[in-house]
Amino acid sequence: MSNFWSAWIIVLTVLTLAGNAWVLLANRKTVSRGPDTTTGHNYDGIEEYDNPLPAWWFWSFVLLFLFSIGYLIAYPGLGSFKGLLGWTQVNQLEKELAAAQERYGPIFDRYAAMPIEEVAQDPQARQMGQRLFANNCSQCHGVDARGSFGFPNLTDNDWLWGSSPEQIRQTITHGRQGVMPGWESVLGNKGVVDVTAYVLSLSGREAPAGDINAGEQAYKTVCATCHGPEGKGDIAFGAPNLTDDIWLYGSSPAWIQQTVRYGRNNVMPAFGENLEPAKIHLLVAYVWGLSNLDAKETASR
Amino acid sequence: MNHDIVERHVGLLVVLTFVALSFGGLVEIVPLMFQKQTTQPIEGLRPLTALQLEGRDIYMREGCANCHSQMIRALRSETERYGHYSVAGESVYDFPHLWGSKRTGPDLARVGERYSDEWHRAHLYNPRDVVPESNMPAYPWLFERTLDGKHTARKMEVLRKLGVPYTDEDIAGAQEAVAGKPEIDALVAYLQQLGTLLKFQR
Repeated sequence: MSNFWSAWIIVLTVLTLAGNAWVLLANRKTVSRGPDTTTGHNYDGIEEYDNPLPAWWFWSFVLLFLFSIGYLIAYPGLGSFKGLLGWTQVNQLEKELAAAQERYGPIFDRYAAMPIEEVAQDPQARQMGQRLFANNCSQCHGVDARGSFGFPNLTDNDWLWGSSPEQIRQTITHGRQGVMPGWESVLGNKGVVDVTAYVLSLSGREAPAGDINAGEQAYKTVCATCHGPEGKGDIAFGAPNLTDDIWLYGSSPAWIQQTVRYGRNNVMPAFGENLEPAKIHLLVAYVWGLSNLDAKETASR
Repeated sequence: MNHDIVERHVGLLVVLTFVALSFGGLVEIVPLMFQKQTTQPIEGLRPLTALQLEGRDIYMREGCANCHSQMIRALRSETERYGHYSVAGESVYDFPHLWGSKRTGPDLARVGERYSDEWHRAHLYNPRDVVPESNMPAYPWLFERTLDGKHTARKMEVLRKLGVPYTDEDIAGAQEAVAGKPEIDALVAYLQQLGTLLKFQR
């Protein structure tokens, strides 16, 4: 802050305080001139009693003045003067963060040093992971982690980008983007219907329309690059397994046709810049545990 | 003291009242208009693109600021949830700023890149589809209405007069950049850039 503005603030602040003190003290009356004396002001016949300011009121003002003087000495308020306490909102925040680090840091550190499989078994770690999940992940994946249309279910042990703890950590830290192009211009309407029939047949389902054999041919030329010759998917592209009857974008023939026709663009945001590695560690353990701990344990949670 | 002079001359009363009321503003507001911290953009801050600018106007039109603040205070409870506290240099191109003062919903100062575009679309179409307990209104009309971009260039010209460094090319291409796009695209583009310049590991 330049000297000019510093002086501006100091002068105006001091003048305001002095002016207010003058108004209070210069107009002070201590002795009543009689119960019915008026100030002599007359507004359309309305008159004003001339009584002293009640003592409690006067002294409250005095206390406020004293407080303001003490405040301006202790805290920043007078221009560039930083106050004797050296308080700033940023160093207050840093103190809060340091206190929290001292209190919670050791807990996070302990889990950060443990392998994911062990962290996932730890009841306290799982509770912490659940809270972190609720705050950061549930908006898309749901509080129960079962996902919804377009947002993967994390409890079914079906993984688009790999099931190992390290792959899950990679997904959370750096995010993922799964892009499926739309194939309507290549396949044509009949091609889309045929491919859908073939894709459904991979999970043992029947489509109401479409030629499975033609669909298989089209699949082999167009889809197999990412989804694999057997339709098992590929975690390198986040291409879903098409044989397990688990569907991210709807399981009906119409929805699958929609996906084949127009493609999909599925983004998992990166959390690495916003969450500390120790918290991501707990999240990895929680998410890994959702699919890998035995069903009974999961149910009792 | 004789009050008569002041009380009998309304013009003088008005002037003196303004003088008495102005001290707080003169001390607390006026110096901020001349401080580096409040007038210099932070590193990397760019003016909103034409589409983001239209999104910002939709944000204002729909009253998002009535329930969502864009101001993370320097308190641990806030930085833990939202990220780095807001700094004045992030808002120097905002006219008016949308800091808000009420949080029925969460703060949005750093919502950019936190969710996917698809999530925002699903959420704005009907918040209950992705967050069942949400009490946010649905905004389905954003998907039907399209922008014509008739006033986009003019808005950017006015903002340039206020100090936002739009180039002539920005303004010349403004209408083309937004015309025909659905409003939802603009709003999502605006949301996705909010607060992405400052990072803080919570």
